[in-house]
Amino acid sequence: MAKKITLPKFDLTNNIRTLRFHANEMTQQELADKTGVTRQTIVAIENGKYSPTLELAFRIAHVFEVKLDDVFTVKFNK
Amino acid sequence: MSTKEKETIVTLISAIVIMGLYSLYVYQNYLKEDWTLINDFKFWGTTFLIMIPVQIVSQIIIHIIFAIFNKIVTNEDMDTMSDERDKLIELKSIRIAHWIFTGGFLTAMTTQAVGMEPWAMFASLITFGFLSAIISGSAKIYFYRRGF
Repeated sequence: MAKKITLPKFDLTNNIRTLRFHANEMTQQELADKTGVTRQTIVAIENGKYSPTLELAFRIAHVFEVKLDDVFTVKFNK
Repeated sequence: MSTKEKETIVTLISAIVIMGLYSLYVYQNYLKEDWTLINDFKFWGTTFLIMIPVQIVSQIIIHIIFAIFNKIVTNEDMDTMSDERDKLIELKSIRIAHWIFTGGFLTAMTTQAVGMEPWAMFASLITFGFLSAIISGSAKIYFYRRGF
């Protein structure tokens, strides 16, 4: 019988709002233009409603010239 | 509200209006005169074939009018860009439409398997085709509102 694997749940949070503030108060539209997505997608990511693809996550990190860990934080629940 | 959401609402409303007007036209011009046409395969074939271009052309015209109206009222250009989130929402709503239409197809075949008249099959196909468009559009709006 196959063993059932239980994957741990996690919360994905982000610091995009803070990073935008420190980047000369970059607007959501400016970030959207630089990453090639719509402003609504940036809003959804900032509010934690949408988890971006790895590609977009790296693009966001690249815009702020920081590591991916500095943009997104994962907290595993016990 | 984003232009994508507005566009979806316009598509939904226009789908309902076009379907309503077309059904009324078919009833007034054909079925009212001769109700026996309801089981005529040629009648249903023609109705389906004409309905497709009518819907496509009407939707294009309505969207052009909406784009002009939206530009005048809000001074916003239509959002032609489609990013990864838009594509995922589109895929999810298409999957919903696909399942509903599959249900409709099975219902249509069941009507014939149990010996119902031909009109039941065509009516099932049209009804579920229409329902799949409405429900997938509504799901799209829901996904845009929820974030994904």
